[in-house]
Amino acid sequence: MIFSCWWLGYPFLSMVCTHVPEGNIHPSVSSISKLLSTAALAPQICIVGSGPAGFYTAQHLLKHHQLAQVDIYEKLPVPFGLVRFGVAPDHPEVKNVINTFTQTARSDRCSFYGNVTIGKDVMVEELEQAYHAVVLSYGAEDNRILGIPGENLSGVYSARAFVGWYNGLPENRDLKPDLSSETAVVLGQGNVALDVARILLSPLDTLRKTDITEGSLAAIACSRVKRVWLVGRRGPLQVAFTIKELREMINLPGTRPLLDSADFTGLGDAIKDVPRPRKRLTELMVKSALETPGEREAGRWASATKEWGLKFRRSPLEVLPAADGKQARGVRLAVTRLEGSGESARAVPTREMEELECGLVLSSIGYQSLPLDPSVPFDPKLGIIPNSLGRVQGVPGLYCSGWVKRGPTGVIITTMSDSFDTAQSVLEDLQSGVLNLSDTKEGFKSLRSVLHSRVTPGVHPVTFSDWEKIDAAEVARGKLAGKPREKIVDLQEMLQLIGH
Amino acid sequence: PPSSLPSPTVAPDRVTVHFINRDGETLTTTAKEGESLLEVVVNQNLSIDGFGACEGTLACSTCHLIFEENVFQKLDAITDEEMDMLDLAYGLTDTSRLGCQVCVKKAMDGLTVQVPMEVADLRKGLEVGKQSK
Repeated sequence: MIFSCWWLGYPFLSMVCTHVPEGNIHPSVSSISKLLSTAALAPQICIVGSGPAGFYTAQHLLKHHQLAQVDIYEKLPVPFGLVRFGVAPDHPEVKNVINTFTQTARSDRCSFYGNVTIGKDVMVEELEQAYHAVVLSYGAEDNRILGIPGENLSGVYSARAFVGWYNGLPENRDLKPDLSSETAVVLGQGNVALDVARILLSPLDTLRKTDITEGSLAAIACSRVKRVWLVGRRGPLQVAFTIKELREMINLPGTRPLLDSADFTGLGDAIKDVPRPRKRLTELMVKSALETPGEREAGRWASATKEWGLKFRRSPLEVLPAADGKQARGVRLAVTRLEGSGESARAVPTREMEELECGLVLSSIGYQSLPLDPSVPFDPKLGIIPNSLGRVQGVPGLYCSGWVKRGPTGVIITTMSDSFDTAQSVLEDLQSGVLNLSDTKEGFKSLRSVLHSRVTPGVHPVTFSDWEKIDAAEVARGKLAGKPREKIVDLQEMLQLIGH
Repeated sequence: PPSSLPSPTVAPDRVTVHFINRDGETLTTTAKEGESLLEVVVNQNLSIDGFGACEGTLACSTCHLIFEENVFQKLDAITDEEMDMLDLAYGLTDTSRLGCQVCVKKAMDGLTVQVPMEVADLRKGLEVGKQSK
C-alpha cells in the first residue's frame, strides 16, 4: 500500500515512502536510506529527555523522515520518565505505551544515551553544535511550593516526592514518609492528588501485585492512615481531576466517600451548558453525594474501614506544628468564596478559618519545569520555554515538546499530540531549509570526547541495550515476588548491573 | 433490525472497512468479524499516527473514531468507562466511540469511520492537573 507523504519537496524520498510500521524498517527503505545517508542529507536531531514527550517526538520524526538520526539523552540511566516514575503502579495499562517507545528506541536510526545530564555534563550550546536540531523535552522535575508557614515541618511532603518514592525514583528513595497518623490531608484536587490518596487507601493485596517498590509497600503495610481529605481552594465545578480517577476512587474497595451534600445541592443548573467532560464529572460527584447508594455500594460503605473526602473552598494558610515544634499536627485553612464562575472562577479568602487535624500533609498543587541552561530562554512566570508550535523563541534550531513546552497538565494523548506538533515543526524547517543540512553535523560522535572529559570518571552513557539488561533484571526480581517488576532504586546498583 | 442470515455469496467472515485518516485520505481494508477496530488498524498496519497507545486497555483515547449516525445507533451499548476516556478525546462528537471497544460485525460491511482531526483539546478548558489559583 502506498501512502502519500507530506514532504513531497524531496522527490527521491517520496519514491521510497511506502508505509513503514513504527520501529520496523522495511528492508528496501532501509537500504535506500543507507545509499542516501550521507552526512549532508541525514539530519542529526537530538532530544533532551526520554519521557513520553521525548519518545513521541522521536517516533514522529523517525516515521516521517526516512533519513533522520535521532539521539535521545536522559539524565537517569533508565528511560521513560513519568511513565515509569509518575504513572501510578496500579495503572499498568497506561504503561503499555512503553512497548511503542521500545520499538522506537530499537530503530537503527535512534540511539538512547542515559546517565547524561544536559546542562551539566553537556551544555545545550554543545548540542546545538553537534546537531541540526535540538528538542528539549525534559518535563517538569520540580513542584510548585505552597509558600506558607510550616511547609517544612516533619510530616509535610510534596506529592511529587511521595509519588517518586513509591515509584522508585532514585532521588526519593529515602523519603521515609511518616504514615503513623490516622488522617492525611492532600492539598490539591488534581489527578496526582487522587493517585496519592488511592495509594494510601488501597487494599495491600491490590498494591502487592503492582510494580510499587518493595520498600514503599513495606512502609504502606504499616501505615495507620485511614482517612484522606483532598482540599481545594475552589468548588466542585473547578476540580482538576478527571472522571476515570474519580470513579476509581468511588469504587475503591474498603473505602467510603465523605462528600458533604451541601457542596453538591443545586449544581444541576450550573452544569446544564458546560462541555460533556465537566458535566459527567460533576454528575458523578453529585450522584455519589446525594443519591441513596445501591445495595452493594451501601454494603461496601458500611463495612469500609477507610474513608476519603473532598473539601472545597478551603485555602491553606499554615501547617500547624505539634508541641515539639517539629512535627505537623494539622493545617489551618481559610474559607474562601468564589468570584466569577466556571473554569475561571477565582477563590478569595474570607476571614473565616478552620483547622483540620492531620499528621501527614501532601502538597499536590502542581509540577513545575526548571530552566535548563542560561542559553535557553525560560519564562519563570509560566514555567515554560517560550515557543511557537514548539519552536523556541529567538533560537533557530532549538525546539521543545511536552510539559516544558505547555506546562505540566494533561494526560498521555495531550503530550502525544503536542509532541507530534513539535516534530512537525522540525520536519517543516528541514523542508523549508531553515535547518541547513549542508552544515555537517556529526551528532553523538562529536560529543563523545566532550562526555569523556566531563562525565564523572568511570561513568559512561547508558545505551538502550544496557537498559534492556536492567529491565530484564527488574522483571526477573519482580517475578519472584509475583509482581510485574521490582524496580532498582539505587543508581549505583543499576550501573553495576550493566558493568559501568 | 440487523439481518440474521449472512449472505452466502460473500466470504463469511470478511468485512470491508474504510478509515478516513486525519489528512482526508481513505484507507480501505478488510477486517475479520469479531476483531475490534483497533485490532484492524494494528493487524493491517494502517498508518494512523499514535493510534491505540494503551493497546486497547481503556486507559487512553487515542483510538477515537467518529461514526455515521445510522451506524452509531446500531453499535453495542457504551460503558461508563469508555465514556470516561472519550471525555478526554480530541474532537469529541455525539457519534464518537473508541476503536478498541467496537467489534466488527458482518452487518458493518462497507463501514466508514473518521479519524478525528486534531482540534483544540477539550481538556484545555478543563485545566486538568492544574490547581485552582
